[in-house]
Amino acid sequence: MKDTVTEKLLGQSALRVEDPALLSGRGRYIDDLPVAAGTLALAFVRSPHGHAAIRSVDTAEATQAAGVVAVITGDDVAARTRSMTVGVKADVECWPMAVDRVRYVGEPVAMIVATDRYLAEDAADLVVVDYAVLEAVVEPVAALAEDAPVLHPSLGSNLINERSFRYGEPEAAFDAAAHRIGIDVTYPRSACTPIETYGVVASYEPGEDAYDVTANFQGPFSIHAVVARSLNVPGNRLRLRTPPESGGSFGIKQGVFPYMILAGIAARIAGAPVKWIEDRLEHLSASVSATNRQTRIEAAVTADGRITALDWDQIEDCGAHLRAPEPATLYRMHGNMTGAYDIPNMAIRNRVVLTNKTPTGLNRGFGGPQIYFALERLMDTIARHLGLDRLEVIRRNLIPAKAFPYRTASGALYDSGDYATALDRAVAEGGLAELYARRDKARAEGRRYGIGFACVVEPSVSNMGYITTVLTPEERAKAGPKNGAQATATISIDPLGSVTVKVASVPQGQGHRTVLAQVVADKFGLPLEAVRVLADVDTMRDAWSIASGNYASRFAPAVAGATEIAAARLRDKLAKVAATQLNISASDVLFEAGRIRSAGNPDNSLSFARVAATAHWSPGTLPDDVDQTMRETVYWTPPELEAPTAEDGVNSSLCHGFIFDFCGIEIDPETAEPRIDRYVTMHDCGRILHPAMVDGQVRGGFAQAVGAAFLEEYSYGADGSFQSGTLADYLLPTVMEVPEPVILHHETPSPFTPLGAKGVGEGNCMSTPVCIANAVADALAPEGDAPEIVLPVTAAKLAPLIFGDEPAPKEPVSETKTEDTAGGRKLTGEGRAVVQASREDVWRMLLDPATLDAIIPGSHGVRKVGETRFEADVTLGVGPVRGRYKADIDLSDLDPPNAVTLSGQAVGALGTGGGEGRITLTDTEDGTEIAYRYEARIGGKVASVGGRLLDGAAKVVIGEFFRALARHCGGGASSGAVARLRGLVDRIIKGGRS
Amino acid sequence: MPRLTKDDTHPVRFTLNGRPVSVRVSPRTLLTDALRHEIGATGTHVGCEHGVCGACTVQVDGEPARACLMLAQQAEGCAIRTVEGLGKSDALTPLQEAFREHFALQCGFCTAGILMTLDALFSRQPDAEEDAIREALSGHLCRCTGYAPIVQAALAARNRIKGGPIDA
Ligand code: FES
Ligand code: FES
Repeated sequence: MKDTVTEKLLGQSALRVEDPALLSGRGRYIDDLPVAAGTLALAFVRSPHGHAAIRSVDTAEATQAAGVVAVITGDDVAARTRSMTVGVKADVECWPMAVDRVRYVGEPVAMIVATDRYLAEDAADLVVVDYAVLEAVVEPVAALAEDAPVLHPSLGSNLINERSFRYGEPEAAFDAAAHRIGIDVTYPRSACTPIETYGVVASYEPGEDAYDVTANFQGPFSIHAVVARSLNVPGNRLRLRTPPESGGSFGIKQGVFPYMILAGIAARIAGAPVKWIEDRLEHLSASVSATNRQTRIEAAVTADGRITALDWDQIEDCGAHLRAPEPATLYRMHGNMTGAYDIPNMAIRNRVVLTNKTPTGLNRGFGGPQIYFALERLMDTIARHLGLDRLEVIRRNLIPAKAFPYRTASGALYDSGDYATALDRAVAEGGLAELYARRDKARAEGRRYGIGFACVVEPSVSNMGYITTVLTPEERAKAGPKNGAQATATISIDPLGSVTVKVASVPQGQGHRTVLAQVVADKFGLPLEAVRVLADVDTMRDAWSIASGNYASRFAPAVAGATEIAAARLRDKLAKVAATQLNISASDVLFEAGRIRSAGNPDNSLSFARVAATAHWSPGTLPDDVDQTMRETVYWTPPELEAPTAEDGVNSSLCHGFIFDFCGIEIDPETAEPRIDRYVTMHDCGRILHPAMVDGQVRGGFAQAVGAAFLEEYSYGADGSFQSGTLADYLLPTVMEVPEPVILHHETPSPFTPLGAKGVGEGNCMSTPVCIANAVADALAPEGDAPEIVLPVTAAKLAPLIFGDEPAPKEPVSETKTEDTAGGRKLTGEGRAVVQASREDVWRMLLDPATLDAIIPGSHGVRKVGETRFEADVTLGVGPVRGRYKADIDLSDLDPPNAVTLSGQAVGALGTGGGEGRITLTDTEDGTEIAYRYEARIGGKVASVGGRLLDGAAKVVIGEFFRALARHCGGGASSGAVARLRGLVDRIIKGGRS
Repeated sequence: MPRLTKDDTHPVRFTLNGRPVSVRVSPRTLLTDALRHEIGATGTHVGCEHGVCGACTVQVDGEPARACLMLAQQAEGCAIRTVEGLGKSDALTPLQEAFREHFALQCGFCTAGILMTLDALFSRQPDAEEDAIREALSGHLCRCTGYAPIVQAALAARNRIKGGPIDA
């Protein structure tokens, strides 16, 4: 057979076969799929606290609510499941629903199964959870402190794993180096937040003890094992399916798996299928986010700017639980911790800590943004320190082209590349000289303009064994080696001779079906439309492996490669069949334009369908050496992905692409708003299979990185309250914020993948944030030391660096103040009011439940439960978020009739509040002046969705209280008195200073 | 509007893509839920349910509106148009075609809302300038494409349909 088939589809930007349906509203996402009759809705009760012990969960009222079929608590779940597997050796449990203790805002505490979603959510509000609030810790360094509150008492501390690594002779290199240059880096939390949230449909068949789960999960399917184990069933009793379409994932939908377990249990208890579609607040507060990380990185540098060693100290914050596959974020980059540079020596200390934040998981870039931010900020610092040109420092350290395949200090085998040429081409074709000229001009005009660079090695196709680097070599030896990255593909031919491809790649919008149709159509000499591709998964029917799924940029290098191999095998088989029928030798067979023909004689040909159908219709006519199976399944794993060595060397990924970025950024002189002037990104992703899709991946990753650089941050109060629960608080970039980058390519095909392709989708999430930060640093400080740049780079952060600190106002301008740093979302304020009543009368009223009931805004009743204790039921609203709260109020430091301290706690379905206020009464000419000073903290849902509105709302509620008190005191007063009161009230509301 | 009781369902009638529909829903049912789960028109997507992402955008009497911020009952008597009212998958409109040709969608989850906004824009302003197009698009979040191909598709569609209604 001759391998001369013209490859005319691959490498072209074919129109996507997915699009006609998606453009006309015919996509089949999880919430669009038909469900079995009688399917029930699932809703969750979630923790409003960052850290609290659960004293009790009272489900009585919820169970009685309309439409409710079952109310399920953490204990109910624990009784039917096993703790989820944790990827390190540590004495810790990880339940999908809180048992005894909550450790992050949004952690599931109970779930409701009801006839529809509205009723399920109503009932969720009726579950009463009694919490004993515990001190929270949200910063990774603080979590390591001796006296830090411990999340998991069984661990004894918040440090769940620590390992140190040493490659080459780092100490000697540092001793010999002319310079030791280091920086500290704080990398914040953000997440790729797909527009479609999580969704799960689950059912349970008691007769077979089997679960059937459909979820918009994205892989890796190693998680199937985690879920089956937790559900306590063998793998063949957990059928996991994915919908044909998914509304984006970027890693995030790996984190849906705890909900597969919960929905399975809910279906089992309710005795009916259940369906759950996550809402946006649930998604932002409790799906997964990327890790935040605290890093110290130091380099040993020669006098001429060559780096001879790196020393990393990383503290990784994985949130409240170490959920599979974490701490993978910390280890995915382990082989490429030296980036694009030829650095022979390295020391690494890795610590993984737990804090009262959402557990972390897969996120586009997975570990890359964190390490490259540190490494490339360090490169910038080295250049500043040595007074060298930044690009020159990069150039002096790049791995030379002749060194490939190149083994890094920590064990990665870089497949291919020509970094210096790619960089030079980017400088020339991307117009760096012109950008310098723009910068010079801007600076000459007194504007702040900076240029930044970043070099990144983008790993793809993860070695399934890299995560075991977290274990010691001894632990690994005991557990047995883990390695590889099996990709699967099945191609079959039906009785009419048409071709179907089945892969387990679970696309979330990347056009897999189109690219695979190109691969296979080319092999068979067929038009694109002749090949149909399915890419969703059914674990009971399809070929899959633990590595299956859509992550680690494995599609083009691994899945398309496995498909190529399967197609080649089937073609070989067909060539033999055709050779017999055409009476030629198999090596003379050509596949072209829908026909199979003799290479030498175009007229000697048969239609593809006819040859392909032979095995179905007349297996007896097949040549002896061809079996009748017209179906080829390939499991492909690259031999280069070996298990970690005894020296902790690990080839963490199969392919290593290269990216070189530069950009120009100007900071607005008036607003301090940073703006991208130009962005150039050069990619070497090996062979390009579909140019438009590759550029689409680059643009998409770039846009997310622009968000991470300028806008996005998961914001937590010190008490663990989550403060970015809506898309109005967690800001994603819009068309206005994302410029179009200049995209360049330099292809060096990978020798390790069947098609020569490498991954491409994640690179800009690694390169762009730090490229922008370097440009901002250049704009702020063209020479010498630059200030620390912490993402997101907002105008609010830049303003003090440019204009200096804002002078404190002479007079407090407003009566309320919000602080996000200390004690959670804290409001403080003070005010005064004058009322027409004697001090004694006011005092009596403040202590009288009937009066309090009348004047507390939204009160449904105040009961005196002790000499100085009251209980109240109140409805409070912040913007559209109204909720009913139970409040406990304590009076202390009583000094009748002069002063009293009120402290209280309020708990409701929408959140929690707590505060303290001191009220003092003094005589005035015609009554009493009431002065008050308060401090309040707000947590739970209200803080997550209403953060922006809280200051104003607090002012209004407290103002209303005193307005009502004034009204109460002035009851029956003359109209003159009423008018005077109004004036007073106005003053209270406006500023409180009379 | 007639008085509605909170625990009952009530009929609501409107036209959906030109056809009359009637559906019984409780007063608090969102228009998105009525369209998707009562009527089965699942082309309109839900990304946030608080009016920010734009995925749920439909046309109400010709104007783009967030269906997640509307109660189904508020649609009484209205003409609602959704992505299913544009071209079918085998007969795409120039706007849909342009999206396909410019790879202006990846996962497609944001796409229906964006199409409805642009379709409304071009019916009103067939010669909309790029600024107006960007302004209209700024009410939509897309997490996949980086927006540039969406802008290009919109410009290409405008050039193709200038002077006439989009899917006439
Ligand atoms: S779902 Fe309506 S705007 Fe997001
Ligand atoms: S195409 Fe996926 S969100 Fe826009």
